[in-house]
Amino acid sequence: MKSSSTQGVGARLARKEDDRYLRGQGEFVGDIHRPGMLEVAFARSPVAHARIVSIEKPAGAEDRVFTMEDLRGVQPIRAISGLPGFKPSDLWPLAKDKVRHVGEPVAMCVAATRAEAEDLAAQVFVDYEELPAVVDMVQARTAPSALVHEHWGDNVFLETLYDDDLSAAKASAPIQIRRHIRTARQSMAPMEGRGVLCEWNTRLGQLEMYSSAQMPHINRAGLSECLGLDQGAIRVIAPDVGGGFGYKGILLSEEICLGWLARNLHKPVRWLEDRREQLVASTNCREHDYDITVYAERDGKLIGIDCDATVDSGAYSLYPFSACLEAAQVGSILPGPYKMDHYRCHTWSACTNKPPILPYRGVARTGVCFALELMLDAVAREANIEPFEVRLRNLVQPHEMPFDNITKKHFDSGDYPESVRQAISAINLPAWREKQKAGLPDGRRIGIGLSVYCEQGAHGTSVYAGWGIPMVPGHEQCFARLSPDGVFEVRIGAQSHGQSLETTLAQVANEILGVDPQNVRVIHGDTGLTPYSTGTWGSRCMVMSGGAVATASKEIAVRVKKIAGKIMEVAEQDLVLEHGAVRVAGTDRSMTLAEVAHIWYRKPQLLPADVDPAGLEVTAGYKTLRDSGTFSYACHALVIALDTALGHSEILDYVIVEDGGTLVNPMVVDGQIYGGTAQGIGTALYEEMPYDSEGQPLASTLADYMLPGPTEVPEPRIVHMSTPSPYTEFGQKGIGEGGAIAPPAAIINAINDALAPLGAELTTSPASPRRVLAAIEAARLRQAA
Amino acid sequence: MKPAAFDYDRPNDLAAATSQIAQGDGMVKAMAGGQSLGAMLNLRLAQPQGVVDLRSIQELSSATETAEAVTLGACVTHARIEDRRVPDATRGLMPKVAADIAYRAIRNRGTIGGSLVHADPAADWVSTLSLLNATAIIGGPNGRREMRMEEFLLGAFETALGMDEILIAVRIEKFSANARWGYWKFCRKTGEFAEAIGGVLIDPARKICRAVIGATNGKPYVIHDARGIADQFDAHRAMQAVEAAGMGEDAYERQMHFVALQRAAAAIHTT
Repeated sequence: MKSSSTQGVGARLARKEDDRYLRGQGEFVGDIHRPGMLEVAFARSPVAHARIVSIEKPAGAEDRVFTMEDLRGVQPIRAISGLPGFKPSDLWPLAKDKVRHVGEPVAMCVAATRAEAEDLAAQVFVDYEELPAVVDMVQARTAPSALVHEHWGDNVFLETLYDDDLSAAKASAPIQIRRHIRTARQSMAPMEGRGVLCEWNTRLGQLEMYSSAQMPHINRAGLSECLGLDQGAIRVIAPDVGGGFGYKGILLSEEICLGWLARNLHKPVRWLEDRREQLVASTNCREHDYDITVYAERDGKLIGIDCDATVDSGAYSLYPFSACLEAAQVGSILPGPYKMDHYRCHTWSACTNKPPILPYRGVARTGVCFALELMLDAVAREANIEPFEVRLRNLVQPHEMPFDNITKKHFDSGDYPESVRQAISAINLPAWREKQKAGLPDGRRIGIGLSVYCEQGAHGTSVYAGWGIPMVPGHEQCFARLSPDGVFEVRIGAQSHGQSLETTLAQVANEILGVDPQNVRVIHGDTGLTPYSTGTWGSRCMVMSGGAVATASKEIAVRVKKIAGKIMEVAEQDLVLEHGAVRVAGTDRSMTLAEVAHIWYRKPQLLPADVDPAGLEVTAGYKTLRDSGTFSYACHALVIALDTALGHSEILDYVIVEDGGTLVNPMVVDGQIYGGTAQGIGTALYEEMPYDSEGQPLASTLADYMLPGPTEVPEPRIVHMSTPSPYTEFGQKGIGEGGAIAPPAAIINAINDALAPLGAELTTSPASPRRVLAAIEAARLRQAA
Repeated sequence: MKPAAFDYDRPNDLAAATSQIAQGDGMVKAMAGGQSLGAMLNLRLAQPQGVVDLRSIQELSSATETAEAVTLGACVTHARIEDRRVPDATRGLMPKVAADIAYRAIRNRGTIGGSLVHADPAADWVSTLSLLNATAIIGGPNGRREMRMEEFLLGAFETALGMDEILIAVRIEKFSANARWGYWKFCRKTGEFAEAIGGVLIDPARKICRAVIGATNGKPYVIHDARGIADQFDAHRAMQAVEAAGMGEDAYERQMHFVALQRAAAAIHTT
């Protein structure tokens, strides 16, 4: 069935969606207006931890200000985990009795304009009885200053243990290195913040919600539970969405509030998150603490790892991913693609008076990659060998594929050592080692760093059933229709907000049906129009939605041939599909897809009586051959120049050798890698959401929360390897997150490489000038003493 | 966030603006480019009753030159200085400083007077005009008065401008032909406010050997006799100056400001 490969799987096709984006014709929640629409602002807690004694609404505005007491019948968000010992939290959409982080919504204020709604919010008086704030995640569990949820008895959502006996390693391993590694709390920063517009449709008895969301069907499920409406009474539409990254994979308190408000006010209402809310009030990510020991042979061969890992989960468990996905994942993914005989990992999901966390692009992988890859460099320094040698000595070898690692993660395919060899060659390690001896003419030191990661994508039922969270992915569906005019319409339940699915899924349809991608209409992000899906997360869409579109396209191909065969009076098996037409093999007799469809819909009198009545519309489902996920991977290698007087580093060269299996559109993959890498550079060097001892956020504007800009992000040189996954439709693998995983480890390894002659080592991200200078000073004091 | 409600006016003449501000009794803010005030209004950190937009007052956007000095209206934008569309008294120092302020979009609107009156210690003009010891020309209900920068700037976000006054212009004395300067700031990324600023100026004909330490916790620290720093860099003297500037407490701050001064002094040889 393969036809014009210039537009199918593997083609560098220009993005279809860019036409509207580049002309400023995208439609985001902030662009949508409804007649009579009111705007909402929230009065939010200014304190991290307090009992609410009373809430006073502004006089004369009692009917425009709403508290939890007004939202009668509304249920709290309860995102459970099935893992044993998990303690659930009740997140009331408006705080009830207690506030547990700065920015928690307390009252909803509605007015004709946002400014007036903010005026109201400023006049809501809340009497808070302040409690000590729980700020540090390790102290939260070892020496709590207070209890975030009193009835728990501690501040731990969940504790997990992957146990093993490391006594032999402790007794005899020639290399034993222990480090305390930390990653800063971050605030995800998509270009478009969140936004919600709700309208109650009286004719349908249905809540229509526009929300800047990644997982509209999941939002609908959660809304249904909290608002007490059946799912059909809710339609969630995610229009154009300006970046998700996990930040929009959530059921929002604000969505519940506005849903209730639209229904009770009988007026359209909208809330647009502003940058300050995004930074301080909503959700954070990435804050990990590792007490990690690595045991290795003299030659750098790993014997085992022992790790205590804490993740700061914030104050509440969020729907659907829960407060524990991240920490529990640390336990299962820390060893990654490396082989070892012993592994012990104890994890805690700590509860603190900070905003709850969400799984940001790469989820726990960015943290574990940072921890493990820093340790492997420390092993290399101890063993006095090149860091890449440690990787080559310990990575899974291609002949061992498929490979089950020590935590039973099933690696589907790949040649990990080859990615390291190619990266080392592309960065030209020997030349830089030579230059490193003298340093740069301006006095800066050179550092070379690398890191390897793996990214589990499209993991399915068997993986998520184990987590026991409110959402478990099953089969992925696609509704497909060949329209009377020959346009092929595919509807998927996921949502595309930068993933380029409007283009890549059209390429998949082209691959199967031969239909011109410009004649493929991809409809997504609307529960009213699309089949159920858990949505866009976990690097799953190209595998799952792609597989579903392929399956539906194959079924349509069968039906087109059946109909065309009847019209052309030839056997179906003699027909081939190519270039938007169905042709009798070996002849020049053909009909276009449009002609076949036109007869089916508009001139059924031309069809014989015994034609298959199934028609040209189908819903088809797809699941991978094995649902343990695809494993894409890469080696990032880079060179930095470090100014040791300022602690400032500049990236001089950056190489990425990645293997995403079969690439449906290599240009789109490059784009994903560039964007992810930019975020990874942010994690490595700039982004940090600090809190003071009272639980007050200290970066409340983008002047304080530093994001990398165009001048801070180099254009990495990308080399593609392609080892198809044996379990997916075309051999494709999920690749959406990887760019954000490797940079912190690679960059700080490079900084440590530059610092090594000074005896200094950095184990905390981001590598701010202050931290780098402190590490240099600490080394100086150590050597003096 | 959106600003709290305020009255807005954009008068054409200085007298009207001055009288509106004087009558506002401290509750009416003058706005030039709005690049700081705009953000503060949006964050509701500033909630004035009124905003008087100064951009339609021609005199405030003018630039004049005499044999001795250049006078830049308060509403002259960073971009005009960067692009040398106004006369430069400083042999390239001011265009260079202007070019490195924030981003071009901000430079297109932000003004030298607005930045100076806002008096954010990390802003470039505060340090640069201190290094130049420029003169502030101030207008108010009682007419005009002039002040040197060292008197005009009082501290972080604090100037000697009265509640009923407007900064009209700054006058910068022309450098001699053999004057040399160095200016260096450290920003963690392009366009951010500086972590530390150092500036040096040697103009033998005018008997000036001056240095400035900027982006401190208060107003810039000016070293009037910067021999041993600006000409022959002496690390010990420089560190003493950094400590005198109030930057000695924290190791990181101390180091940043020391390096900024050191690199500004090193840069003097290239101008």
